[in-house]
Amino acid sequence: MKSVMGGSATRIRAIAIVSLTGLLAACGTSGDNTSGANTASAPGITATTVTIGSTQPLTGRAAPGYSEISPASNAYFRYLNDHGGIFGRKITYYYYDDGYNPTNTASLTRKLILEDKVFSLFSALGTPTHQAVVDYINSQRVPDLFVSSGCNCWNDVSNHPFTFGWQPDYTIEGKILGQYINQALSGKKVGYFYQNDEFGQDGVKGLDASLGASSVPDAARQNYVPTNTSIKSQIAALQASGAQVVAAFSIPAFTALALLAAAGIGYHPTWVVSNVGSDVYTLTGLLKSFSKGAAGGQLLAGMVTDTYLPLVGDSANPWISLFKGIRDKYTSYLPWDGNVLYGMAQAYAFVQVLKAAGRNPTRASFVKTLETTRLGGGPGLAPYGYSTSNHLGFLGVQIATIAADGTVTTTGPVYQSSDSGPITAYNGSPATPPANGIP
Amino acid sequence: MLAVSSRFDRLVRPTLGRHLLIGLGAAVVLLLLSSQIGAYDDYNLTEVAIFAIAAAGLTLLTGLNGQLSLGHGALMAIGAYTASLVLKQYHQLPVVAVLMIAVLSSGIIGIVFGFAAARLRGPYLAGATLTLAVALPQVAFRFKSIFGGESGLTVSPLSPPDWLGADFPPERWLAWIALAAAVLTMLLLANLLRSAPGRAFKAVRDNEAAAALAGIDVARTQVLAFVISAACAGLAGALLAYWTGITAPAGFTLALSLQLLSAIVIGGLGSLAGAVWGSLVLVFVPLLTSGMASRLSLPSSVADNVPLAIYGGILVIAMLVAPHGIQGALRRILAIGRARWGHTPGGGQKGVVDWDDPAPDT
Repeated sequence: MKSVMGGSATRIRAIAIVSLTGLLAACGTSGDNTSGANTASAPGITATTVTIGSTQPLTGRAAPGYSEISPASNAYFRYLNDHGGIFGRKITYYYYDDGYNPTNTASLTRKLILEDKVFSLFSALGTPTHQAVVDYINSQRVPDLFVSSGCNCWNDVSNHPFTFGWQPDYTIEGKILGQYINQALSGKKVGYFYQNDEFGQDGVKGLDASLGASSVPDAARQNYVPTNTSIKSQIAALQASGAQVVAAFSIPAFTALALLAAAGIGYHPTWVVSNVGSDVYTLTGLLKSFSKGAAGGQLLAGMVTDTYLPLVGDSANPWISLFKGIRDKYTSYLPWDGNVLYGMAQAYAFVQVLKAAGRNPTRASFVKTLETTRLGGGPGLAPYGYSTSNHLGFLGVQIATIAADGTVTTTGPVYQSSDSGPITAYNGSPATPPANGIP
Repeated sequence: MLAVSSRFDRLVRPTLGRHLLIGLGAAVVLLLLSSQIGAYDDYNLTEVAIFAIAAAGLTLLTGLNGQLSLGHGALMAIGAYTASLVLKQYHQLPVVAVLMIAVLSSGIIGIVFGFAAARLRGPYLAGATLTLAVALPQVAFRFKSIFGGESGLTVSPLSPPDWLGADFPPERWLAWIALAAAVLTMLLLANLLRSAPGRAFKAVRDNEAAAALAGIDVARTQVLAFVISAACAGLAGALLAYWTGITAPAGFTLALSLQLLSAIVIGGLGSLAGAVWGSLVLVFVPLLTSGMASRLSLPSSVADNVPLAIYGGILVIAMLVAPHGIQGALRRILAIGRARWGHTPGGGQKGVVDWDDPAPDT
């Protein structure tokens, strides 16, 4: 499923989508168009700049891996600025370290809105951290795009009209992983290993929807809290339950701990791990450091996961070569992994919305643009679900497997779904990036 | 009776009057200040007030009564969770009532814990309070249906009363409430410290045996100090719940307890003014450095940690330059000024400063 066609058909399609996007934007924002002079049309927008901001865990327990996201986004914005910006405006991106502490998030978000006067928030990371400020952001009517968390709580159009998610929500992801278990691993006993919060519970909701809640007994439903790193008893309980497949909604550190604990007691189930907990580069590093070099990437062999972006290791993919090139030029100190790709792809999507919103957007017209424009032509494998009644981002994922050498391969079609609806295959073909890498 | 009341007048009135005057002056200045600055500065001012309340309580316990607490973050959590739970049930409850309930509940926990604390000394007490700081957040995970687990309980922001007008920033309203609470707390604590219990606190700190011989009930004094301190932490916690908009375990980690401790040490251990200085450092230094990560063109592994390194550096330098904290340093500067240009109240020689004399308590 590696698209190396790159032929004229795809390019024409991409051009068509981009021009259609522009056309729709012109309709959607009535009056704003792409010609004319730049004005300071909204707080955070001047004739020459757009200022946006974010709160991120740059230090602390959520920092490993996730701290790469915002510098990666910034690298894309710097690339954009070096190539003329968007409507001649350069993007200034402030990202502050909240250490994954909601108290800090509350204070820093006010700093961004009241003092830095950002036009929009972008990519603010974390479920508990962002929940602390989502009411405030919406009371200030500031766009809050692409929260970096798969909690479906961001899809609350009536209470939070300015907030939008981006990555597939964990329930949709769980449903599609559950369907794969039903089809490819049918007849095997299934167990769960999940983080005991919205993230893990939403994922389990999705898994249960596909597998049937009664097919997984309580003894095979093991959870952890991120503040307690001793998880051996949970893994032993999964082994005792006879589970041959373990579906995990865990962050990378706990995926690694679970793999090591299982290997330590000679337990070798098929691991089915959600996207956020399965980045090969991050896991290999963690496995090596937790086991003091005794184990490594070989424990990942046979793991099943999913993706909604092109694969990090697929160097033939034009998106990967574009983003990897930007990373090499602007942030060569970052590893090339899923977190960097995530940050770049999010930045690309943000620029898409900025472009679609026209030359002189207001905060309201910017949000309306996202609700009414079909954002196509980006790196995502699945379509976006944005509409006036839905503020979720990607609607689906594609299953992928990890080989013994760490190579990830996608398998089967891209599936899409909603929290309550059926799972369907998505037939859209992947887009190629524009020649200059800018929407 | 007459003798008692005249003694009362002579001893308490001037102190009370002076403190009331200072408190009133501070209230007027803060009111004017908060009305002149922007909403964001009001928001930061609120945080200073909140930390000042908690730090004042801690400095009473640690600086004046000699009981080291590494668990004040957990006592703030009790106030914050109490306020959040009360507000979940009764949305319309006035803020004063919510704050009072939070003070009560943390005070009660303070009594329970104070009894245990009064039996422990030095590192054992530190260890016990540390347990509180580490264990309490786990309660929120264990009883998720009540406390909301990792994602915590949301608190809707306070809206200013109608008579202030529709455009009145909510940040300023909360600042007024927090500043009023802080001034009131300082006033009560300052008075307490000038009265018999305050002197008993210091006597117990300096020498328990001597204090006991002088007729002071050591254990009772220690429990009292703990309760007052816990009540202050609870008040600060409840205000913090309004200020943050969410009460979650991640907001009340051990780091918060240690921050409070560093605030009272930097500000000047054992002085209420020091608690205010320390809170100013605690709030404004991270704000000044927080933007650096995105503005420095350094590898992120370095840039991300620059703010923390600066904060740590300031702590180290502050301790080297001003071992008695900011308040101690100010006193010293005043003392030099007096020694050089003015009279010497202590009857010491003009032009001589006793550098080794520890800063007096206030």
